[in-house]
Amino acid sequence: MIGGCAGKYLDIDLSNEKITKTRIKDSVLRQYVGGRGLGARILWDRLGSKWEKVDPLGPENLFLTLTGPITGYFHGARICVTGKSPQSNGIVGSTVSGEFAIELKCAGWDGIIVSGRAEEPVYIFVDNDEVQIKSAKHVWQKDSKTTLKTLTKEAKDELDNRHKKLGLQKEPGVLYTGPAGDNMVRAACVQQKWSHAAGYGGYGAVMGSKNLKAIVAKGNGPLPAVSDPEEVEKLIQEYEKLSLSVSRDRIRRWGTGYVGYEVGADRSSEPVRNWQEEWHDEKSIGGPRFDLRYWVKRYWGDYGCAVTCMKLAVVKAGPYKGAITDNPDYELEAYLGPNVGVYDAGGIIHLSSLIEDLGYSGINGGNLLAFATELYQRGVLTKADLGGLELKWGDVDALAELAKRIVSRKGNYFDILAEGTYRAALKISELKGVNVLPYAVHVKGVEIGAHGTRSDEDYTHDVCYACSVQGGDHTATVSDAYGDMGTVFSDSAVYCSVIAWGGGLNGLDWRFMRAVTGWDITEEEWKRTLGHRIVHIQRAAELLGGPDVRWEPLKDDDNPPRFYEPLPSGPHKGSFITKEVMDRRRREYYEAIGWDEDGIPKSSVLKKLSLPDVDKALAKIRKP
Amino acid sequence: MADAEKDWISRDHLKCSGCRRCEIACSMRHEKRIWPEASRVRVFMLVPGVEVPHLCAQCKEYYCVKACPFSALSVSEKTSAVIVDREKCTACGACIRACPGKIPHIHPKEKYALICDLCDGDPQCVKVCIKAGYNALRIVREAPSVSHSLFARTPEEITRDVAENLYGEKAEELI
Repeated sequence: MIGGCAGKYLDIDLSNEKITKTRIKDSVLRQYVGGRGLGARILWDRLGSKWEKVDPLGPENLFLTLTGPITGYFHGARICVTGKSPQSNGIVGSTVSGEFAIELKCAGWDGIIVSGRAEEPVYIFVDNDEVQIKSAKHVWQKDSKTTLKTLTKEAKDELDNRHKKLGLQKEPGVLYTGPAGDNMVRAACVQQKWSHAAGYGGYGAVMGSKNLKAIVAKGNGPLPAVSDPEEVEKLIQEYEKLSLSVSRDRIRRWGTGYVGYEVGADRSSEPVRNWQEEWHDEKSIGGPRFDLRYWVKRYWGDYGCAVTCMKLAVVKAGPYKGAITDNPDYELEAYLGPNVGVYDAGGIIHLSSLIEDLGYSGINGGNLLAFATELYQRGVLTKADLGGLELKWGDVDALAELAKRIVSRKGNYFDILAEGTYRAALKISELKGVNVLPYAVHVKGVEIGAHGTRSDEDYTHDVCYACSVQGGDHTATVSDAYGDMGTVFSDSAVYCSVIAWGGGLNGLDWRFMRAVTGWDITEEEWKRTLGHRIVHIQRAAELLGGPDVRWEPLKDDDNPPRFYEPLPSGPHKGSFITKEVMDRRRREYYEAIGWDEDGIPKSSVLKKLSLPDVDKALAKIRKP
Repeated sequence: MADAEKDWISRDHLKCSGCRRCEIACSMRHEKRIWPEASRVRVFMLVPGVEVPHLCAQCKEYYCVKACPFSALSVSEKTSAVIVDREKCTACGACIRACPGKIPHIHPKEKYALICDLCDGDPQCVKVCIKAGYNALRIVREAPSVSHSLFARTPEEITRDVAENLYGEKAEELI
C-alpha cells in the first residue's frame, strides 16, 4: 500500500444508481500521483477513444474529485475536481480548499469518480464505508448558504443518530454547487464552505448536468498511514517554521488581497473595465482597506494550515449589510472590483458574496460581467436586449442583477451569456453582425486570471496562458516546460501552494512526497518526465476538443486580442507583448515541451513517455 | 489540596482560525497519527467562520467523573485533568450524558472515552495555537473555579453566540 493513500476509490454510476469500489494500480499512481494527473489519466482511459464526441454537459462525461497522497499531511487541505471541461472541452484540474478532502480520506477513499446522470436531483452521502445516493430536490436551485446549511444539518443529524454510541460527531465535509451549477452555467464552480471555490474548468456545470448537487463526506478513521512517520513528523515541524517565518507574515496578515492596489498602481497588470486598462491609482482598495472596517477574523484557514491567508469579511452596516466573503482574495477583489469599475471595498464584498451565493466563479463570472458591460458601453448590447437592465461601470446593483439573471438563464441574452465569454462572443457576433471577439479576454474558453501580460511586470509573461493546457488559469501558467511543472505537481499531489509565497519551499513538498508515499520520485524526474505525461494527455484532450468548439494551436495558443492593444494609461503606457515575441516564445515552448511546429505532441516524445494511446488518437489531427 | 492553583485551557472562539492544528497536535501525541475524530480537542464548524474548539473545561463539579458507573474516570492530582482508565471504561456514554457540553466522545475504533488529559501538564494544542499567534487556546492558572463549567457547552450553543457576534442580525439565517 502506498503511504498517504487509502487505496480505494468510489466509482458511482448515477444513471444506474450503482456504487462500486475501485482500486488503481500502484504503478499508475506512481506515474500520475493523484488529483489533476490521475484525473487526466482516468479521463483519457475512459473517454479518450471518443473524446471529440463527448458532450461535457452530457451523461457520458465524468465528474472526478480526487485527493493526492500528501493531502492532509502537507498542510492546507485541498481537493481536485476535474472532468471534460465545458469551458475548454479539454481537461482542467481545478482545486478547492476545505475539510472535505480530509473527511473523504478518513472515510477510507482517495477520490470519487461519478458517471452517468441521475433522473432527479441527488447528493452522494459518504459515511465511512456506507455510501448512499440521496434526494437533493429540496436544495435544488438553492443558493450556496442555504444548500450548505441544509445539507450540513441533515447529514450531521443523521451521523449523530447513526453513531449515537460515539457521542457528538463533527459535521461532515460538503462539496457542492449553487444555482449556477444547477443551471449548467459554464463558469459554475464547485464549492466548499461559502467562498471556497474551484472555479476554472466549469465543473459546477458538470455536476449540474448530472443532477448532482453535492457530495457529503464523513470519516471517522485516521488519515491513511505514511511510509516514514518520523520523517513526516519532522517535516510538519519544518513546515510550521517556514509558514510562521517573517517572510510569510504579509500573506498571513492580509492574504492575497494585500496586492489589490499595487497590481494596478505599480505593476499595471490588473483588469480595469474588462482589461481596457490595467493601471489604476485607486487607494480605496487593497488588503488594509478591507481589514479594519470589514474583517471579523483576520486569520482564517483550512485543515492544518498555519498560513491562514483567508480573512472573514462581513459588512455590518450600509447598503451592503449582510454580505459575507473571505478577504476577498486578490482575484475577486480585482475581478469584481476595478474590472467592473467598482472601487468601493463594501461593494466588492457584496458582489463577491453574491457571486458565491450563486455558485458562479468569481474570476470567470467576473470576466463575463465586464465583457457584457463593455458590449453595453459600445452599444452592441442594449437595454432592450437585457430586459430593461442598464449596465454602467461601477454600478454595483446593476452588476448584481446581471449576475443573477445570467445564472437564472432566463431571457435570450442572459442564456447566451451563461455560455461563458468565448461562446457568448461567438453567438453575439453572429446575432448582431459585429465582431465582439476582440473584447473576449480568454484563452481556449477559459477566462484569464487577474494578472495581465502587457506590462511584463507581473509573474505572468508572454505565452504563460497561451500555451497552458489549462487556458486562462492563473495558477497553471507556463514558461519553460520545466519550472512550470511545479504547479502540475501541487495540483496532482493536491496541496495548497500559497505557502510557497514569500520565498519558495526549498524542496519541502518533494520531501513530504517521499516521506509520505515511500516513492523515490525526485523533482527532476517529475519536471522531466512525470509532469510532461500529464500535460501531453491534457494537450491531446484539448486539441481533440469538441463537440461544440475546437482549437487550432497556431491560432488559439495566443493571447486574446485585447492583450495586443498597447496599454493606454499608467507608467507602462504603450507597453504590450508583440506578435513577434509571442511567435518566438510559442516556438520555444513547443520545443521545450515536445510539441511539433503545429503544436501537436510529437510521436517520438509520446513513444518515449509510453503514451502510445495518446499518439494514436492524435493521428487524426496530424497533418499528412 | 482542592484549592491549589492548576492549569486549565481557556478558549477564545472569536480568535479560532479553524486551522485545526490543535487536532493534529493532539492526535499526533495520543494516537501517533493525524486522526481528527480521535482528537481530544475537536473543532466543530456548524457554520463557516464559526469554528468551535471543543474540549474538556475541567468543571469543578466533575460531572463526568461522578457519573461514571465503573469508576473509570478520575481527577489527576497533578494537573486536575480527567483521566480515563481504558481498562475500566466500557464506552457506555454516561460521561457524555453527564457533561453539560457533551464534550467527551468515544474513540472511533476502540472502546473507551476520549477526554482531554492536558497532556500531563503540557498541552500540545495550546502550544501550536500560541505559536501561530492565534491565542484561541491558552493556559490559565488558577484555583479550581465553579466558573469553569460555564465553558462546558455544546457546539450548537456556542455557535449561536459566536455567529451573532460575527454576523450580527444575519446569524439567524445562517444557523
